[in-house]
Amino acid sequence: MFVTSAYAEDTAPAAAEGETHAGTAVPAEEHGTFPPFNPATFPSQILWLVITFGLFYLFLKRVVMPRLGAIIDVRNDRITQDLDQAARLKGEADAAVAAYEQELAEAKANANKIGQQASDAAKADAEGTRKKLEAELEKKLGEAEASIASIKAKAMKEVGTIAEDTTSAIVEALVGGKADKSEVAAAVKSASR
Amino acid sequence: MAAADKVDPIHQFQIHPLIPIHIGGYDVSFTNSALFMVVTIVLASGFLYMSTASRALIPGRLQSISEMAYEFVGNMLRDAAGKQGMQFFPLVFSLFMFVLVANLIGLFPYFFTVTSHIIVTFTLAILVIGTVVVYGFAKHGLGFLKLFVPHGVPGLLLPLVVAIEVISFVSRPVSLSVRLFANMLAGHITLKVFSGFVVSLSALGAVGIAGSVLPLAMAVALTALELLVAFLQAYVFAVLTCMYLNDALHPGH
Repeated sequence: MFVTSAYAEDTAPAAAEGETHAGTAVPAEEHGTFPPFNPATFPSQILWLVITFGLFYLFLKRVVMPRLGAIIDVRNDRITQDLDQAARLKGEADAAVAAYEQELAEAKANANKIGQQASDAAKADAEGTRKKLEAELEKKLGEAEASIASIKAKAMKEVGTIAEDTTSAIVEALVGGKADKSEVAAAVKSASR
Repeated sequence: MAAADKVDPIHQFQIHPLIPIHIGGYDVSFTNSALFMVVTIVLASGFLYMSTASRALIPGRLQSISEMAYEFVGNMLRDAAGKQGMQFFPLVFSLFMFVLVANLIGLFPYFFTVTSHIIVTFTLAILVIGTVVVYGFAKHGLGFLKLFVPHGVPGLLLPLVVAIEVISFVSRPVSLSVRLFANMLAGHITLKVFSGFVVSLSALGAVGIAGSVLPLAMAVALTALELLVAFLQAYVFAVLTCMYLNDALHPGH
């Protein structure tokens, strides 16, 4: 069969090799022993395992692991640093916002104060003007009242004189003859009371 | 015999020397097993070294893989053994990477699986338990023996409990190594058997080729499963290592 012949070719060099090393007694080539339990291969495997694993251990410990550890540490440091910076920037932003709000509040308070002052001043001004005007009006009223009173007094006086004259005329017309001026005056005076 | 060998699922575990070396009566030849140990560490070191060469702040895909492996093992160790346990980080990380890469390389056809040999996994397990024992006694002195004496056990039961604890401790390297070894061995034998069915059935003509679709599908599915097992066993090995190291750090239960 094809498969068999191909295998026969494969085994030929192996067999030849086995014969070459026949002097060195290669027990692994023995038939009948399950290879993993063949104690003759143990020393070689232990030795080479110790050599290879020892080298591997040293290489990893000296070269690879410090490098990997450094890479990861650097990354963690960088992340921490970035987070710190972000926190710091956030703090700055917060402070800026707080300062802005404080200034805004101050400005508002100032604006209110100025407005209040202006309105107070305007009120005071208006009050002053009003008081002045009122005083003037009062004065004019007083003057007017005084002039009215004087006119009234004058008029009343004239009314007395007119009454006396009228009385004299009526008396003259009724009685005939002249009436005494002082009596007429007294009579008018008493009547006008 | 040749046909039988072709589908012999054990053949893949054969060890043959590439460079024969003998020292003091021991055969310490550079074998195919040793070759794949070298391949494993070169690939693992190379990947870890090259992928992190740029030390990028924002990692690329390969650097991400290296970082994920590093942090994965780091978190595993920290969770199991606390901050003190981090002194064993290089050990656990190299164990995890070695076993993982060795398992993965073994999945390639014609490649040798280093971890499918009990002596390899047992040596690694002894390394772990040896570290636990040496560190435990160095740090706690005889206080390390408190590991075998749990708190709050009635006096009458104590000898029994201590005996059980000692047996459990002694069987740790065995269970640690046999678990990994048996998983890899069984997985690879199963893969080989199903792949062998494909070859054997194909040789039977058209009907055989049609029938070989089933074992082929099985072999594909098993390859996916073995990929999972390769990772899982590396993870289990590392997790158990972490837990045993925790015992060395804190012997009192």
